[in-house]
Amino acid sequence: MPNLEHPAYPAADLLHLESLVPCRESQVSMLLSIFGERQQFSLPSIFIYGHTSSGKTYVMQTLLTTLQLPHVFVNCVEYFTSRLLLEEILTQLQSSSSGTEQTCPVHCDTLNDFVRLFKQAVASRELQDQTLYIVLDRAEQLREMEANILPAFLRLQELTDRNVTVVLLSEIVWELFRPNVGCFEPFTMYFPDYSIGHLQKILSQNHPPEYSADFYSAYINILLGVFYMVCRDLKELQHLAALNFAKYCEPVVRGEANERDTRKLWKNIEPHLKKAMQTVYLREISSSQWERLQHDGGEPGQLKGLSAHTHVELPYYSKFLLIAAYLASYNPVRTDKRFFLKHHGKIRKTNFMKKHEKTSNHLLGPKPFPLDRLLAILYSIVDNRVAPTANIFSQITSLVTLQLLSMVGQNDQLDGPRYKCTVSLDFIRAIAR
Amino acid sequence: AHDFRSRNDDSEDTELRFVTCQSLWNQIKSETEQIQEDLNKQLLDNLVSFLSRSHSEFQEKTTEWTCRMKFREIPTAALVLGVNVTDHDLTFRGLADVLQDNVTPYVALLEAKDCPGIKNLMQKLMGQLMNCDIDEDSLEDEDCVQVSQNKIRCSMSSLISWYESVTKKTDSETPSKKRNSSSRHWQSPPVVVIFKDMESFTTKVLQDFLVISSQHIHELPLVLIFGIATSPMIIHRLLPHSVSSLLCIELFQSLSCKEHLSTIIDKLLLTSQFPFKLGGKVLQVLINIFLYHDFSVQNFIKGFQLCIVEHFYSQPLSVLCCQLVDLKKRVYSLAHDQCENIRRLPSFRRYVEKQESGKQIELLTNDSFLKEETEKLLKDLHHYHENYVPILRCLHVFTSSLPKYPLGKQIRELHCACLENRVWETEEYESSLQLARMLNKTDLVTMLQQCVEILMSSSGKEFDKTVQKLKEFLTQFQNLEAEASQERDVSVSSQKELQKKTDLYHLQKTLLELKESRRSKKLTKFEVLRFEVVDYIDSLVRKYLVPADDRTLHEIMYFNAATVLRGHLNAAPRTALHTALNNPHWYLKNQALKCDGGGISNKAPDICIVYKLHLECGRLINLVDWLEAFSTVVMAAEEPNADAASSDQVDDIIHARFIRAVSELELLGFIKPSKQKTDHVARLTWGGC
Repeated sequence: MPNLEHPAYPAADLLHLESLVPCRESQVSMLLSIFGERQQFSLPSIFIYGHTSSGKTYVMQTLLTTLQLPHVFVNCVEYFTSRLLLEEILTQLQSSSSGTEQTCPVHCDTLNDFVRLFKQAVASRELQDQTLYIVLDRAEQLREMEANILPAFLRLQELTDRNVTVVLLSEIVWELFRPNVGCFEPFTMYFPDYSIGHLQKILSQNHPPEYSADFYSAYINILLGVFYMVCRDLKELQHLAALNFAKYCEPVVRGEANERDTRKLWKNIEPHLKKAMQTVYLREISSSQWERLQHDGGEPGQLKGLSAHTHVELPYYSKFLLIAAYLASYNPVRTDKRFFLKHHGKIRKTNFMKKHEKTSNHLLGPKPFPLDRLLAILYSIVDNRVAPTANIFSQITSLVTLQLLSMVGQNDQLDGPRYKCTVSLDFIRAIAR
Repeated sequence: AHDFRSRNDDSEDTELRFVTCQSLWNQIKSETEQIQEDLNKQLLDNLVSFLSRSHSEFQEKTTEWTCRMKFREIPTAALVLGVNVTDHDLTFRGLADVLQDNVTPYVALLEAKDCPGIKNLMQKLMGQLMNCDIDEDSLEDEDCVQVSQNKIRCSMSSLISWYESVTKKTDSETPSKKRNSSSRHWQSPPVVVIFKDMESFTTKVLQDFLVISSQHIHELPLVLIFGIATSPMIIHRLLPHSVSSLLCIELFQSLSCKEHLSTIIDKLLLTSQFPFKLGGKVLQVLINIFLYHDFSVQNFIKGFQLCIVEHFYSQPLSVLCCQLVDLKKRVYSLAHDQCENIRRLPSFRRYVEKQESGKQIELLTNDSFLKEETEKLLKDLHHYHENYVPILRCLHVFTSSLPKYPLGKQIRELHCACLENRVWETEEYESSLQLARMLNKTDLVTMLQQCVEILMSSSGKEFDKTVQKLKEFLTQFQNLEAEASQERDVSVSSQKELQKKTDLYHLQKTLLELKESRRSKKLTKFEVLRFEVVDYIDSLVRKYLVPADDRTLHEIMYFNAATVLRGHLNAAPRTALHTALNNPHWYLKNQALKCDGGGISNKAPDICIVYKLHLECGRLINLVDWLEAFSTVVMAAEEPNADAASSDQVDDIIHARFIRAVSELELLGFIKPSKQKTDHVARLTWGGC
C-alpha cells in the first residue's frame, strides 16, 4: 500500500509523511528519488512550478522537516533585495548550526562574498556529509534582482563545491525565467492542480472534533458544489468552509435535523453559500462581518459591500473637468469643432464618419489629450465664464493623484502635459447627473 | 501680514488691534478644533472598537477548530474620507493621537510619496515604529537600545524580533508604576500601519507589503488602515483577488465635508459670540471656493483667518471690533484721528445726514459727543446680531421645508441672501411666502414649535413677546382642532337632515344653502390663522433681518473686501502674467508706460514688447520677422538721431536684447522651439490680443 519507499529513510517516517501530503504521493516519491540518500550529491538545482496553492511550498516544507533534512527556506518576496536574501540564507544557516543566538549580523553584499561565507558556514556545521537544501519560494522575484543572482543559484553546487541543492518554487513556467545569455538548466517538475476529488479528500481530512468525518465530508461536498466553479484555491476553500460550517450545523444543534438528514441540511445551507459567494468570497464584506451576521441571524442585505459605495462627491469644477477629460479622451479631435463650437460649418459626410466611429471608440480605450484641449472643452461646457485660476490647475493635479485622470509621458510640465481619463462611462454618468 | 507696526504710527491703535486680532483668532481656532474633534469622535470611536476587536482572537490564543482552520487575514479598515485631501492630515493626526492614547503605542503613518518601492516603505515603517518606542521608553529606562535606522536590516524578520523584544520587556516589567502606564494598552498591542493616500501607492509596493505581512500575521499583530479619498472600489482596482483575499476589510466613512462645513458655519458665523463678521460677498467667495474648487474645510478656515487678519490690518477702526464689555473703554480712549476716521465712514455719514442740523454739527465737531454716540450705535449693532441669528434660524425652519427651496436648502444660503440685500424685497422671498401660505396644519404646528424652541434658547431678551405670540398661535391651532371636530358634527347633522328630507322643494333649498355656506366659508378659520402666522413671521423678518450694510458703523465689524480676498485665495496666474506683460503700467505704475489701446510703447521692458508682438502671430512664429518688428518698435524712439537708417543690419545690442527677451518668454512657457521649422518657434498659448 505505501507508495513511498526509500531505503535511506525509516519506513515510519515515510508513512507519516504520506499521511501529511495527500494526493501528492507521486511528486514526493519523485523528489525522494532525486534527493537520494543523505550524503549523496543531488541535482544542483530543481525548478518546481504549478498553479497557486497546488501544494508546492507545503510539500517541500513537510518533506524537509519530517525527514529532518538540513535546509534553508526563504521567501523571495519577503527578502526583496539580493543583499537581504543572501544575508537571510546565511543567518538561517548560522542559527540552525550553532543553535544559540546568532553571534554577529552577517554582512554580505555580493555573490562572491556569499560563496565565501557559505563555505565557512557549511564547514562550521560539519555538513559535508549531508546534502543541504536551499528552497527559494516565489522564485520569480529573482528575475528582478541583479542579473547574476539567478544563474549563480542554479549552479551553486559547482560554485561552492559543496553538497548543496537549490530548489526554486514558482507559479510560472521555466521558459519565462531563462536569461537571454543562457544558464544552467535546472531539473523542472510540474505540480498539477488538485482535481475536485483531491480537494474533497484534502478538505475532509480536517474535520472538527465535535462532528463525524462523514458529516463534515457531506458538508464539503455541498461547499465544493457551489464554489468549485469559481474558486479552486485550497486555502480560500478551507477558509470558506470554516466560515460557513457553523451555519450548516445550525439545524443539528437546534435538533431539527439529525446528522444524516442531508437533504434538509442542503436546503438550509445552499442559499447561504450562494450569498457568501457574492459577498465574502469577493471581499465585499469582511469575514468577521460575515461571522457576526451569521451570529446575529441578520440578513446580509443590511450590510452594504465595498462596491456599493461607488459614488464620489466632487467639487463643481472638478466634475466638469472630469467630464471634459472624458469627452477629450473618447471623442476624436476633429469632432470637437462640431460638438463644441456654436457656429460650426455644415455637417457633411456624417453618416460615413459615424459608422466608422461608433464601433470603436469605447473599445479602444481612452486616448491621451493635451492640457489645452481639456481646458478648451471645459470652457465650452461650463455655462458661465471660468477664470483660469490656480485652483483649476491644482484641481487637475489632484484628479491625477486621485487616479481619476492619469498623466501620459512623465516629461517636462512646460512641454505641454498630456492626460488620459481613466474612469468609466458609468462613473461619468453618475457625476453628470 | 502680521506686521502691523511697520506701516502706521500709533495714532491708529495698531498695537491694540494686533492684540485683539490675535486673541480673537486664538478663540476661533480653539473653537474650530473643538468642533472638529466632536465631529470626528464617532468615527474614531468606531475605529478604536474595530482595532480592539481585530486581534482579540489572537490574544486569547484560542485553539478552537474554526480558528485553526480559518485563514488568518490582516484586519483592515478602509477609511473613506472624501476628496478633500487637504483635510485628511488633521484627521489622521487626530486618529494617531487617539490610537496612541487608547490602543497601542505602535502607530506608523505612511505616505505614498515616501514609498516608491517596498524597500523605502519598510525603512519608513521601521523607522517610525522603532522611534516611537524609543520616545516612550526614554522616560522610563535610559539604557534602552539606541537603534540607528541605517544599521538595522530592513526586513520583516528584524521587525518581528524587535516587536518580540519590546512586548517581552513590557511583560517583564513588574513595578506597579509601569504596569499603570502599560495597562492602557493591551498585553500585546497591535501594530497599526496607516496608509494615508491609498490611491497614490503603486500596486506593486502594496501587493508585496501585504503578501509579506500576511505571512507573519501570527507573529506580528498588524492592523492596516487605508485612507481612501474616492471610493472603496479602489481597493479592488489596485489589488488583485489573490492579494485582497489576504485582507479582512471593513468600511468606515467619515462625515461628508459639506456637513462639516455647515457645522463650522453654524458654530463660527451664525453666533453672536465673536464680534467679527463676514460680509455677504466675502462669505460668498469663501463658500464658492469650497464648493467649486476644493471641498476643503481647512482651506475655508484659512480663508476665514485671512479675512480676520486683513480686516484688522486694513481697517483702523477695527480696534472697536471687540466684546461688548471692552467696548466702552476703547471708545473713550480713541484719539482724534480715529474720530475723524469714524466721521469718514460712509455708513456714519449717511446716519449724520438723517439727523437734525444741531446734532449734525455736534457729531462732526465734538469728539466726546461723537464717542457717546458711537458707543450707543455699536451697542445697537451688538443687539442686532443677537436678534439676527435666532430670527434667521426661524426663517430657515420655514424655508427649508418648502418645495423646491426658493431661498435655498442650507442656512448659509439664507444667511448670504439676508446679508446681501433686503431679503423681503426679493422675488424668492415672495414666492416662499406664497408657498408658506399653503402649508398644512401639522407642518405649520411643528415649525412653530421649533421656532419657539429656538427663540427660547437664544440669549436675546426681546423675544419674550415673540415667544408669547407664537405660543398663542399654537393654542389657537389646538382650539381649532376642537372646533373642527364640532363643526364636523354640525355638517354631519345637516347631511342627516338632507337625507331626511323628501320634499323636492326643501331639498333644493337646503342644497342651495349648503352651497352658499361653502362659498362664503372659503377662508376657514385655519386659513385665516395661517395667514396671520405667515404675516407675523414676515413682520419679524422685516424687523430683524435688515442687511448689515444698512446698519450704521457696520464697517467696524464686517469685512467686505471681497476682491482682495479673491485675489489672495483664487489667484489667476495666467491672467496676472498676461496683465503684467500686456500692460506693464498695471504693476510698475510708471507714467511713461501708460498707453492707450493696442499701441506698443517702446519704453516698455523688452519682454513686454516681444510679448505683444507675439500675440499677433499664429501658431508658428518666424524669428526673423519677429526681430524686425522688435527693432522697428525699439528704434521708433531713437528715430530723430537715427543716422544709420539705411542700414539693413540690426544693431547688435538690439539683437542681444531681443534674444534675451525671447528666451525669457520661453522660460515663462509661452513659446518653445519648433522642430517643424528651424527658424520658427511654436506658441504654447492660444488667443490674441
